This record gives sequence, C-alpha cells and structure tokens, in this order.
Amino acid sequence: MPEAGEKVTVACSINEKRVTLRAFPMERLLDVLRRDLQLTGTKEGCGEGECGACSILMNGELVNSCLVPALHAEGAEIVTIEGIARGEELHAVQQAFLECGGAQCGICTPGMVLAAVNLLDRTPSPTDAQIRDGLSGNLCRCTGYMRIFEAVLHACRATGIHK
Amino acid sequence: MRSNVARFRLETLPDLFSTLELMAREPCVWRPFAGGTDLMVLFEAGKLEHRNYLNIWHLPELRRIEETQEFIRIGALTTYSKILAQSTLQREFPLLCRAAAETGSVATQNRGTLGGNIANASPAADSPPALLVYDAELELVSAAGARWIPYHRFHSGYKVMDLLPTELIHSIRLPRDKSSWRQHYRKVGTRKAQAISKVCFAGAVDVSGHQVREIRIALGSVAPVVLRCTKTEDLLRGQTVSPDLVQTARNTLAREIAPIDDIRSTARYRTRVAQNLLEEFLMGLGESA
Repeated sequence: MPEAGEKVTVACSINEKRVTLRAFPMERLLDVLRRDLQLTGTKEGCGEGECGACSILMNGELVNSCLVPALHAEGAEIVTIEGIARGEELHAVQQAFLECGGAQCGICTPGMVLAAVNLLDRTPSPTDAQIRDGLSGNLCRCTGYMRIFEAVLHACRATGIHK
Repeated sequence: MRSNVARFRLETLPDLFSTLELMAREPCVWRPFAGGTDLMVLFEAGKLEHRNYLNIWHLPELRRIEETQEFIRIGALTTYSKILAQSTLQREFPLLCRAAAETGSVATQNRGTLGGNIANASPAADSPPALLVYDAELELVSAAGARWIPYHRFHSGYKVMDLLPTELIHSIRLPRDKSSWRQHYRKVGTRKAQAISKVCFAGAVDVSGHQVREIRIALGSVAPVVLRCTKTEDLLRGQTVSPDLVQTARNTLAREIAPIDDIRSTARYRTRVAQNLLEEFLMGLGESA
C-alpha cells in the first residue's frame, strides 16, 4: 500500500483518447486536466462546486472536476470542452452560443456548453424551466443568462428536434 | 489555502469486506470517501484535518435499491440523481425526491450520495428532514456484523453521530406506509438553486376530514441537528385543524426549535419562517389534494 506522498497510476479515456496519468490520488481532476494535459478549456471558478466553470462529462454524467479526486478517473470516460467539436465542425450548442451572443468574457462558457450538451442529451426538447434547471449549477456574471437560455433553445431548433 | 495534496492518502480496496476489515484493524486511521462533494470542498479550503481516506465510491454493495412490500432500501452510495430517477421513490417518497432535486445542481446531484448527506451531519442538509418524516432506519455495517438504528436517534449533537470509527452506513430503509399521507417539503434559501438552506421543512400527515390522525414534522437549519419536532406533532395529533390550533402549534414549534444567528440567517428570521412553513403546511390541508 503506498505511503502518503506517492503518486498513483490512473488509466482513463479523455476525449476518446486513452491516457495514463501519474497523480496524487486526492489531486483535483481539474488540476490534472489543466496542468498535466494542458486541457485549459476547463476553467477554475470557485473551487467549491458552486459555479460550474470546471464542468466536464465523466461516464456520461456532468460533474464538477474541482470536486473529483484524480483516483476516481480510473477507468472513466471523460469529455472536456476540447472534445465537444468534431474537428473544425462546432457542436450545435457551440454554434448557437456564437450566434446568440451566449458568451461574453468566456470563463463560464465551457461549463455552460457542457451543461447544455448534457441537458440536450437527456432532454432533447426541454422547456424553459428544464433549461434553467439544467444550467442552474453554472454561474455567469456577464450575460444575465437570457442569451444563454436562447442559445440552448436555438441549438434545439438547429438540430431539428425542438418544435 | 489549499491543502498539500501529497500529505493525503486515498486508498481503494477491492470490496466491502476488505474495506471493513481494514477499518477494524486500524480504527480511527481511516475515514470513508464517497462522491467527495463535501470533503473536496474542505480539502480545497485547507480545512480537511483528517489525512487518510478509504475510497468507497466503487463498492456495488452500497449502491443497490431494493424493494419489498413493506420497505424500500436505498444503498448509502445512491446519488441524488439516482434517487430522482427511481420510480417508487418518485411515486411514494416525494419529499425525498424534492430534497434531492434541491440539493446543489445537476453536477452535485451526480456525485453527492444519500449516505454522505447523512454522515456529513450538517444540520442544514436537505434530505434528513425527509428521512425523519419517513421514519427512516439506517443499516450500519462493520467487520463484526450489521445493526439497524432508527434515524431519529442517529444524530445526538452537532456533528455527533451513533457511528463507530469501524462502521459504514450501508443502507437507508424507508417503510412504504405513508404514500397516502399529505406531504409538504419546502426549502427556503437565498436563491432558488445552489443555496444552502436558511430553513428547510418536511411534513407528512394522515388526515381524515380536517382531523390529524398521525403526523410527522422535521426541520433543517433550526438546531444543532436536523430536528424531528415531536412536541409539535404531539400537540397536533388527534386534533382538528383550525386557526386557533395553528397558532398554538406555531408557539409550540418556536419553543421546540433552537436556531442560531450565522452567516446564512438569523435566529429570529429562522423562527418566523419555520412557523410560517408549519402554518402553510397545516392550512394547505383544508385544500383538496
């Protein structure tokens, strides 16, 4: 059994690539992504699970990477904002954020996009209340949220699902 | 300031048995680590004093939801999201589902667990008032075996629990006897989402006409522990709801709770809101279901 101070090996998939990491088991997944893998699209806001800036998808579920210890990434399938577009082709949610002015300073945007993608995966045709609920863990200090909500609706229409 | 990550241990053993064996062999050395939604916040703030943790997140034994005719048994590692998706809980235990929906955001609900909410022992936690109303029992396991304890006896003071250093919460058992009762849950916080409660109310009542046959009332954030308000229940049991009775119940409730001034609210405000929530619950009984 490793003593305190020893790193462990963590094997996982990040944006569909197999990755083997060395990390302290309690290290925040957020730090591993940003510092070790240079996946700096994932942002740090509050560092206590309130703001959603560090949102990622882990095994298909939205999580705050600031609250996930690196050890829990073992065997996981992780998607960060860098894995949302298909090459040069933006995801419908990203395109809608551009068209609706859903991004201003940009710090909350990766988390917002992931929360919106997660919402639409589960609820392809959400009501306004479901959109507010699905994004309620993501704080934005610039937009006043309305353009973000519009962007999510726009993304539904663009994918032809929302009537 | 952030904790020095190299000084913390987080170990994984293959199964529940080996996890409990290590906790028995080295008591007080190891503490369980589940979804991390509370512990990682303390860790980041440099306030996590204990250093050695046993990862239990991967243990399937603590994740099962089982139903019999009389009970539903919820594994301690069941997340809020799983609670919200479970059909029997949706149908028969709306207070618990409301509590799960009002705990943090989607991302927190995907990682936070019912057992963790209990063991973190915050008097402001959202699910314990619902568990008290539903007469929950906890199954505690150790290498020596298992025992059941009524949840209302589990917390005996601020962060003081009837849980040995060698024990884990295995599951939470709820009797399926209140689905026909009138039920009411309301959390009052600073904003609609992502807030810790100033006051949280859960109530269930078996009424016949306007007469209270049986009743459960529990509140969060009004005492050092989440509180089952048995004196107020005793006052109301067998009575017919009237404006006079509601006023007496408000007075009894104010004497039964012990809120404090803190960063989220004041004792005075909490008392008033707790009384108003009780009145809202009781006066709602006059309306059709």
